[in-house]
Amino acid sequence: MEKFDTLTAVAAPLLRDNIDTDAIIPSREMKSVSKTGLAAGLFAGWRYTAIGGREPNPDFVLNQPAYAGTRIILGGSNFGCGSSREHAVWALHEYGIRAVIAPSFAPIFFGNCIRNGIVPARLPSDAVAALAAWVEQDPAVHRITVDLEAQRVTTAAGASHRFELDEEPKAMLLEGLDAIDLTLKQRAAIEAFRARDRAARPWIYLDDPRTVST
Amino acid sequence: MARTLFDKLWAQHEVLALGGSVSLIAIDRIFLHERTGSVALKSLRQAGRPVVDPGRVFCTMDHIVDTLPGRGDETRMPGGRAFIVETREAAAEAGIRVFDVRDPQQGIVHVISPELGIVLPGATVVCPDSHTCTQGAMGALAWGIGSTEAEHALATGTLRVEKPKTLRVRFEGRLAPGVTAKDLTLALISRHGSVGGNGYAVEYAGSAVRDLEIEARLTLCNMATEFSAFTGMIAPDEKTFDYLRGRPYAPRGEAFERAVAQWRELASDPDATFDREILIEVDELAPMVTWGTSPQHAVPVTGVVPAVQDSGTASEAYERALKYMGLEPGARLGELKIDAAFIGSCTNSRISDLRRAAAILRGRRVAPGVRAICVPGSMTVKRQAEAEGLDQVFRDAGFEWRESGCSMCFFAGGESFGARERVVSSTNRNFESRQGPETRTHLASPETVAASAIAGRIADARALSRAA
Repeated sequence: MEKFDTLTAVAAPLLRDNIDTDAIIPSREMKSVSKTGLAAGLFAGWRYTAIGGREPNPDFVLNQPAYAGTRIILGGSNFGCGSSREHAVWALHEYGIRAVIAPSFAPIFFGNCIRNGIVPARLPSDAVAALAAWVEQDPAVHRITVDLEAQRVTTAAGASHRFELDEEPKAMLLEGLDAIDLTLKQRAAIEAFRARDRAARPWIYLDDPRTVST
Repeated sequence: MARTLFDKLWAQHEVLALGGSVSLIAIDRIFLHERTGSVALKSLRQAGRPVVDPGRVFCTMDHIVDTLPGRGDETRMPGGRAFIVETREAAAEAGIRVFDVRDPQQGIVHVISPELGIVLPGATVVCPDSHTCTQGAMGALAWGIGSTEAEHALATGTLRVEKPKTLRVRFEGRLAPGVTAKDLTLALISRHGSVGGNGYAVEYAGSAVRDLEIEARLTLCNMATEFSAFTGMIAPDEKTFDYLRGRPYAPRGEAFERAVAQWRELASDPDATFDREILIEVDELAPMVTWGTSPQHAVPVTGVVPAVQDSGTASEAYERALKYMGLEPGARLGELKIDAAFIGSCTNSRISDLRRAAAILRGRRVAPGVRAICVPGSMTVKRQAEAEGLDQVFRDAGFEWRESGCSMCFFAGGESFGARERVVSSTNRNFESRQGPETRTHLASPETVAASAIAGRIADARALSRAA
């Protein structure tokens, strides 16, 4: 996973609350067993004029020239709710999004961001609204900075908002760590745990579920 | 120190503290399905990482598989076949038990897991599926994850989890006849918002929860994700133990009794403190139905579309929801004509759901012009329903009677209800275009769906029961 340091980029406001993962990537756009090839389906229901079509809807924020090169989304509360599909985060990432700033995130979406190098920054809704209002004055010029180390969202106009992020996910993002590699270093502790647990809760441990008669 | 149920489950599975509020948590059960599990298995294989213990992994075909009679690997969803075939191949290679398309135990993951005794009290259960919280009803710590997290669980038997805060939701009192677990969850979300549970592991408690049967508890926990919670759970009790006794993957004989002795400890201590508490008095609750495009947009079935100031929704979102749904403020829900009725999904497709719906449909006919569909949650549920003659009740009323699966709970490019069609549905999400492009979904209990199908408009099942 790539490391995240500091990002200054065009930010697109999508302040609607409860933007769900069906909206971020409709199920019909998940056409193969793959983590890639998803950017074209990002926000497909809003971004194009017809279902399954690819003619851009000029009203949609990401289709407007001033928002070319958007890498940050300013979102509403409960961003990424609904289906667990990580395809939503893969589509955002493939499109070029590296941070989402919103008052709250659905928990599975939040975790998926951490695992894919996207910073989910929680700011109060009035702060997000103020950032959006400033961006809209001149989207291409009024860029937003996300400083992960400092846990701050800042602007050239002097806005500066701290966001909370637990130290472990922060380290994962900053260092671009692979969670599986990291966890496998704890193999001895995991195996010791399992040996103890197996004695305490033997019914949890099935040797081969394929042999159980159902 | 007094501990909550969640605290006990967390402590029992904590392998290591990893810094901050993140711990390495041991995972007892991993469920996969062909929609999101396929990519996890494929990616793991590409990375050359083995599944560390296939004995704790289960896989089902539920999301994309057709629910029409005579189904096979071909599906109505474009490209759907590849998801089924690739999942089957990867699971076989990893040595994972698959409830395949023609398996007599095939069904929706959150229906078959309790049904087969795969989820057990005190177990940690994960699945790349947001409704995994359903299984918390068995006294398990069960939560939805992404596919990358599923890879991590498969490769290590653990997950790195940020500890949520605790919230107890107490439902106190007695439910009136015709009011169900679905109405409890819709009432909770309508009062506290679709983000009300964000950051919390929710324990559902109180006399009304103790009174619920196991299948109803599964319905209640199912929509914890619609509350933006980490998960929902219910302390196991005698009903839970009785439900699990004799299930294929549950322990047997003396082992079962030893397990029950431990499971009895899985309750919040009387003096345990939660980070937050919510109390809902249930005596006056009515059947609920949604009017908008979020589960929080729910009102009593006897009610009206609320004014913006009473909707708990910002004005722009409120206007958008009304426009999408084709409604005006003050519109009476009970006067809305419907085009379709759907009974199914991991929320409400179990045998008790089908029995209650059939009791309303018996001797009645679906209104002309209404398309009505029933999709049992598992092949086991379907067989049981057929043994009881319920399939005939549904068919005689004019319902389609399907094979089990997620079916038309969501649109994946295959079957759907039409644009601007109004559907009353026993499912869990009324998001824009969830059940089809521009389809208008009203969430409700199976009773309300059945009564509405007969009336041809959204209807209060209690009125039909009184008329009978």
